[in-house]
Amino acid sequence: MFRKFSLLFVSIITLSACSTSEETLPIVTDSFDRGAMLVNIADNIIIPAYEDFGSKMNTLKTAGETFTTVTTQTNLEALRTSWFSAYKTWQHIEMFNIGKAEEVQFTFYMNIYPLTVKDVEDNIANGNYDLNSVNNQDAQGFPALDYLLNGIASTDIAILEKYTTASNKDNYKKYITAVLNQMNDLTTQVILDFKAQKNTFVSNTSNTLTGSVNELINDYIFYYEKRLRASKFGIPAGIFSSSSLPEKVEGFYKNDISKELSLEALTAVKNLFEGKYYNSSTTGASFKDYLIKLDRADIATSISSQFETARTEINKLNNSFSIQINEDNTAMTKSYDELQKSVVLLKVDMLQAFNISVDYVDADGD
Amino acid sequence: MFIKKIKYNFKEQTNAAPLAIFRLFFGIMLFGSIIRFWTNGWIEKLYLEPKFHFSYFGFSWIKPIGNYTYLLFILCGLSALFVAIGYKYRIAIITFFISFLYIELMDKTTYLNHYYFISIVSFLMLFLPANAYFSLDAFIKKQQYKQIPKWTIDSIKLLLVIIYFYAGLAKLNSDWLFRAMPLKIWLPSKYDLPLIGENLMQQNWFHFAMSWSGMLYDLAIPFLLLYKRTRFVAFLFVIFFHVFTRVLFPIGMFPYIMIVSALIFFDASLHNKIINFIKKYILKSKETILLVNDFHFSNVKRKLFLGILSVFFAIQVLLPWRYLSYPGELFWTEEGYRFSWRVMLMEKAGSTNFKIVNLDSGTHFRVNNTDFLSSFQEKQMSYQPDFILEYAHFLGDHFTKQGHKNVGVFAESYVALNGRLSTEFIDKKVDLYQQKLSFKHKKWVVPFKSEIKIKGI
Repeated sequence: MFRKFSLLFVSIITLSACSTSEETLPIVTDSFDRGAMLVNIADNIIIPAYEDFGSKMNTLKTAGETFTTVTTQTNLEALRTSWFSAYKTWQHIEMFNIGKAEEVQFTFYMNIYPLTVKDVEDNIANGNYDLNSVNNQDAQGFPALDYLLNGIASTDIAILEKYTTASNKDNYKKYITAVLNQMNDLTTQVILDFKAQKNTFVSNTSNTLTGSVNELINDYIFYYEKRLRASKFGIPAGIFSSSSLPEKVEGFYKNDISKELSLEALTAVKNLFEGKYYNSSTTGASFKDYLIKLDRADIATSISSQFETARTEINKLNNSFSIQINEDNTAMTKSYDELQKSVVLLKVDMLQAFNISVDYVDADGD
Repeated sequence: MFIKKIKYNFKEQTNAAPLAIFRLFFGIMLFGSIIRFWTNGWIEKLYLEPKFHFSYFGFSWIKPIGNYTYLLFILCGLSALFVAIGYKYRIAIITFFISFLYIELMDKTTYLNHYYFISIVSFLMLFLPANAYFSLDAFIKKQQYKQIPKWTIDSIKLLLVIIYFYAGLAKLNSDWLFRAMPLKIWLPSKYDLPLIGENLMQQNWFHFAMSWSGMLYDLAIPFLLLYKRTRFVAFLFVIFFHVFTRVLFPIGMFPYIMIVSALIFFDASLHNKIINFIKKYILKSKETILLVNDFHFSNVKRKLFLGILSVFFAIQVLLPWRYLSYPGELFWTEEGYRFSWRVMLMEKAGSTNFKIVNLDSGTHFRVNNTDFLSSFQEKQMSYQPDFILEYAHFLGDHFTKQGHKNVGVFAESYVALNGRLSTEFIDKKVDLYQQKLSFKHKKWVVPFKSEIKIKGI
């Protein structure tokens, strides 16, 4: 018996030795090419969106410098325009919480709302603050600029006075500059790093927790569920609280952009799903193609059409979500319900089809 | 031959070596499992970090015990080691059984068939003279027994036969055999395996071949192991099958435990050779211990143990069939699913969110599950009705305690099973807070309506 066992081990070793020779035979690959999908997403979606955002961020920073040097109504309006333009492009990159963006918590320094006004005013009054501190994450980024450009006073004249005649006008200007520098620095870092790491990102196609496809999809679903569905709609509409919280909408102080920002975000989400190039109508390999390859066209079309249903519902809303919530919150919750339906399709149906591991725990499939 | 089996001779004696080797290997595997569990950080992740724990019905009093949970694992690991070397065996196996059972009962989120397997095997071992031969106990007493009652070894074989055979029966359903589900979902996602990932794993025929051979393997292997002439080949199958599943699926130590367990089917000559090998090359000891010929239980003990084990095996044989007493689709409602050797049968996932309603005013808000559950708990909760109900009660109690009045708890739940599109799972209109936790049929689970029915055992 013992000899039989040693025979067994010898034969296993011989077998595995033999099998290596099979490598010379051509291998038929008929599974979905995840590498090509990653290349498409990196080259045609992430990098162009990053570059566009980087240049808009630069313009925004320059507009800020112009405004703080020559504080006029015209320059204020120019600053607001470039702020809004960058904010819209931001909606296309927030979901990519990968590499440097994840490491430096990019989103947490760029777009945490609602803003804590008290922290902003305290910082300005003290003139001494560390924007890298976690405590200041809700006192900077796009929401802080929203407040500084639109919310610190009720009229444009009064707003300009804060930067021209108020006793601590220099501290106000300094704060705008500090916030813009922080945003611009982080953006530059994130873009440079992604470009440098692109080849690693594209070639890491393994089905593990740290594989690029898995990370990208998990981040994508997290973004859709928590940031788009919950932060933009659910939380202000009072879905998770006993009453509605209209002051928690995105772009609260500008007050007529929350709808446009959310539609932009939905477009970005749909474009990534369908592999649509940034700012172009061309499409490449995508999650949708992957589903179709796995014989799940039913899920693929359901997701695309559910995104459109949600868009139709959102289009009915007021440009300002806070006004919408105060006037007729049911319309707002209807949009939320349609967005929620896609959460189920993405999180349950799509993840199941891809069989992506979310957690490292033993399982026996029950 | 059949008549011989029925007229089983409970007085027959056999060589003690197979049981000793089983004890040694099984103990080492359990010790390894505990170490692995600890070093993976799962004690914190699964037992200490979550604020809420899902309990088995009637066992809600068993919860993780803060930092003492580590002590529990130390106790469990050490007793496994003591079982392996056969030191103070009886106390060690009792300690192991209780501590392991306690760990398993702390949170049913972690339920796995192979943890259940370990629990019942260690229960069985409470009654076996596994330290009679080649153990530290025997070394200290300076006497060991060469022969032990044959039924003690056969009881382990019987348990393994039941497990494999029932696992095979459970595969006799249309999803497994005629849709190759869930392997059709799982195998293609192993595209990153060397050599076979990009081709074999993607082939339709391969998914079917794996499904059918898995079913045949489970049904046939216990008998191939029992029959002397096929035993060696059967053992090769055991190794191949379990190693292959280890490569494909995240099933931890289970394959290794099954491989070493299957050694029990071999004749004592093999086990004696293993023992000699260990003595010669690992212990490097030439000391011989006084060999007393036969180990016998006292008559009272024998009758008592056989009585207990008859009940135990009757339960093992009957429990998997309890699902027949429930209406509805087993895979959907999971009523009678656990403790039945239904392994790898389902790819099931869900999304379940709760609405807390003031039943008087109708005002409501939704719960953010991550406020209370870990991601693993949320995943498991989302598609298992008993989890959903227990959590709904927890939420109802929690918000009532917070001062909310007339609390009603409603679930919005969607579940997808074995490649079907997700559909509504829980009746939206039912206030789960008013539904009692019990083993009764859960009427608030929306019946399974897919056109692709599941037929079979």
